[in-house]
Amino acid sequence: MNALRRHRALSRIWASDPGWKGWFTTVNHTDLGRMFLVVATFFFVVGGILAMLIRAQLASPRSAFLGPDHYNQIFTMHGTIMMFLFAIPFFEGLAVYLLPKMLGTRDLAFPRLTAYGFWCYVFGGSMMIFALLAGVAPDSGWFMYPPLSSTIGAPGINSDFWLIGITFVEISAISAAVEITVTVLRYRAPGMKLSQMPIFAWYALVTAVMILTGFPPLILGSILLELERAFGLPFFQVAQGGDALLWQHLFWLFGHPEVYIIFLPAAGAISTILPVMARTTLMGYGWIVAAAVSLGVLSFGLWVHHMFTTGIPHMGLAFFSAASTLVAVPTAVQIFAWIGTLWKGRPEMHLPMLWLLAFFATFVIGGLTGVMVAIVPFDWQAHDTYFIVAHLHYVLVGGFVFPMIAALYYWMPHFTGRKTYFKLGHAAFWLVVPGFHGTFLMLHWAGLLGMRRRIDSYESGQGWEAINIIASISGFVMAIGFALVVIDVVVNAVVAIRGSRDPWGAGTLDWAMPTPAAPYNFASLAHVTSRDPLYDDPKLPVRLARGEGYLGDPDRARRETLSVDIATGAPRYVVVFPGNTALPMLMSAVTGLFFLGMLLKAYWLVPISALGVIACALIWVRGLGSRVPEGALPVGRGLSLATAAEAADPPGWWGSVFLLLANGTFFGSLLFGYAFLFSIAPNWPPPAYLEPGPLPLLLVLLGAGLAFIGPRFDTLTGQGATLVGLILIAGAALPLLSGSTDPTRHAYDATVWVFVGYGLLHCVVSLLMWSVVAGRRLTGHSAQTSLGTKRIARLWSDYTLLVALLTDAAIGLPGVLT
Amino acid sequence: MIAQLWWVLLAGATLIFLFVAGLIAWAWRRPSGETDERRFVIWLGLAFPMIVLAALLAYGLIVGERLLPRATPDLVRVHAEARQWDWRFRYDDLPGLETDNVLHIPADRPVDVAITTADVVHAFWVPRLAGKLDAVPGHVNVLRIEADAPGRYEGLGSEFNGVGYRDHRFTVIAHDDAGWQAFLQGETP
Repeated sequence: MNALRRHRALSRIWASDPGWKGWFTTVNHTDLGRMFLVVATFFFVVGGILAMLIRAQLASPRSAFLGPDHYNQIFTMHGTIMMFLFAIPFFEGLAVYLLPKMLGTRDLAFPRLTAYGFWCYVFGGSMMIFALLAGVAPDSGWFMYPPLSSTIGAPGINSDFWLIGITFVEISAISAAVEITVTVLRYRAPGMKLSQMPIFAWYALVTAVMILTGFPPLILGSILLELERAFGLPFFQVAQGGDALLWQHLFWLFGHPEVYIIFLPAAGAISTILPVMARTTLMGYGWIVAAAVSLGVLSFGLWVHHMFTTGIPHMGLAFFSAASTLVAVPTAVQIFAWIGTLWKGRPEMHLPMLWLLAFFATFVIGGLTGVMVAIVPFDWQAHDTYFIVAHLHYVLVGGFVFPMIAALYYWMPHFTGRKTYFKLGHAAFWLVVPGFHGTFLMLHWAGLLGMRRRIDSYESGQGWEAINIIASISGFVMAIGFALVVIDVVVNAVVAIRGSRDPWGAGTLDWAMPTPAAPYNFASLAHVTSRDPLYDDPKLPVRLARGEGYLGDPDRARRETLSVDIATGAPRYVVVFPGNTALPMLMSAVTGLFFLGMLLKAYWLVPISALGVIACALIWVRGLGSRVPEGALPVGRGLSLATAAEAADPPGWWGSVFLLLANGTFFGSLLFGYAFLFSIAPNWPPPAYLEPGPLPLLLVLLGAGLAFIGPRFDTLTGQGATLVGLILIAGAALPLLSGSTDPTRHAYDATVWVFVGYGLLHCVVSLLMWSVVAGRRLTGHSAQTSLGTKRIARLWSDYTLLVALLTDAAIGLPGVLT
Repeated sequence: MIAQLWWVLLAGATLIFLFVAGLIAWAWRRPSGETDERRFVIWLGLAFPMIVLAALLAYGLIVGERLLPRATPDLVRVHAEARQWDWRFRYDDLPGLETDNVLHIPADRPVDVAITTADVVHAFWVPRLAGKLDAVPGHVNVLRIEADAPGRYEGLGSEFNGVGYRDHRFTVIAHDDAGWQAFLQGETP
């Protein structure tokens, strides 16, 4: 079979549906990556327009352009859109598009999940846009501090749009994070050791794990606040034992890692692009990996630095101040390793390099002002002034937008298969970067002169007029520059001339394919033994196209790739991917109905759509894996491997592990919130602690025992015991709640209800999983091909019984102790 | 003292920025070739920021400690309660009196302001007297302020609190001894 016929055969297998239908049924990461990037860019434009409205309003004193009500919606939505609907999804899009290509595989671990996440993002984002157009957008600031964002300060539907819309969008962040983690760990080119991964994959891995542990506190906070708004559960109302500070803790537990979740992917792009631009290899690969990991870990110790002014004891402040300045160290390691890379090589001034220089100039200033505000006494003065606005734009625009534009221009030949042809990009650069500094350098000064953030206008005579008019004009210049970038990309994608493969002379596998990428990425999978396979073997792309790697033979006529061992990269099993389907979009639409029911208070819709989601999920898993073992299949280069369906640790098991990491963080945040209210909130103890007596405890212990032992026996009896155990655990909820029928009485009662609800939800999920296992067994799946499914179900039921035991202890202990 | 801290920070930041910019610019000037990884990663990446940050942190901590409220015999205690969108002040030395949007204090004496709120989160900030401190429902945060000279000082709510945020202001009037005594006698100054 020659290269062209192989290309045709593989294309038939992997191609998305033709025409408009393909948009809705594609599960291909190249398509979805592009779609993610386009939609994220759309939201960047929307957020940018909002920013221009802000600058128009503030250009002159006593402006009557916008009233405070509209102004509040606009700045809230500017922050919300840029953070949740632009930055994170843009990273997801880039990672979705690039990772399989860089890692030398054919798709992400869970193609349908990619699509599901994408549609959740689109539908959730649409809700936010609708709110904006209808004039009922959130208006309490992107940080949504209650009580201002709760029923007391915001009785309208505005806050609900934020809480529900953003939580919906977070599903896509969690999906993408699970996907990225499993892909990086298990879906690499055979032979590629962890230490040989492209540096971008390391950054993506750290970012993904941070999303898994950083987003759950926010999701929990949003759910609690929505429960308070919708049903009066008083988590943040001080009179009934709630505390507004609980929100601030949960929000910044997310919010600070978020800053690094945004910065790290950009740093990954820089570490990839910079060495290529300097015609050398990256200096200090190991150090950079260590720096990225330690940034990820340290960033979780920093959330309190957003709360320096909330009245936290001084020594506590000193600790967090130290931790805050400490993050400058791994950042410095990266910056200096990059500079060392420039020294090592011969840097060339292409457009991506130009943007990287803009990054250096901007981000270093942002980092230095960041160190300033980490010094507590200085922060007391600068907090909530334009100094902070300027600082955060230096960090986020300098540390994310500029490197992402560098990435855009670097990978544009890959996205489009064309040469970057027009010089529009240079003009755009010289508008954006001076425009940016003209805007935000000035605003530091306004902050030091006492200009507060978020005021909708100001009086003349405070020395702010000149600063603001210069900032506004520069802001418009910057916006014109960004518009030029977008136009440049579109024009290049449509009319530029065809370019050659690997125009920059890079060494990573993403350039070892014809561009634009074929739907299957690689006609056969490379065997990788170093960090820059293309430098070792410039002929590699041709040899892969000829089918000299793994899985070059499309005879089995299904989408196949290899999964490898985490550390060594030795091939472990063959993965068979699902084909095109509209199920992910349908499922996310039904998920959207669930959120819409909550938003519009049409509560009848909520259980119906929940059942709909379950139905979709059952269809989803039905097609997975074959009924009978296929045995070892030849995969090329003399190797034979079994399929994932016969493995004890199929991709779904790994996905569950990382989903449970996020889930466990969610539960941990709930425990933290409970302990926080218990020990810090005024108006505790509640009128009465629950004294559930021995019955629920007995039920839970008995149920947990059965649900623990049952899965360890591979018989229908064992599965039956598991089901009974789970039902017993669920049954314990009734006597438990009998003492607290009113969750609106006190934050304690409200928390108990959330605990029980969380436990019940997991009982239902585990019951469904074990029903699927039993069902598969009854419909003739072999023991070998049910092994993985069973271990996935066991993971979830083990987690459920752990939750049940902890919940019981958490609820029961205060009553026993007092 | 915070102003001095600012100038130290600004000078240091400018030096570091120029240093980094110089290093980058030099990459184009120098001939390419072997570059010592250890010099960049360990000395510049690890040691340099650690030393600078440790010094800075100690300095910040000392400044912070000096700004901390301490027990003194001539301490005056007042209460500030924020709401959408005004401020109400009460005085330990003058029970029963409540002033709206005007806080009276004696000049040259330390004053503890006990800050809380009747509704949403606010923040108390008199830029010329002290840093800001939040007013959180159900919590009382104490801020030490001291005016060096009699006069009027502008105060601001500095935590976003809804549509009236812009005009959420108050005035601090610092009295000289005689003026403060007169205020305590219940005379409107």
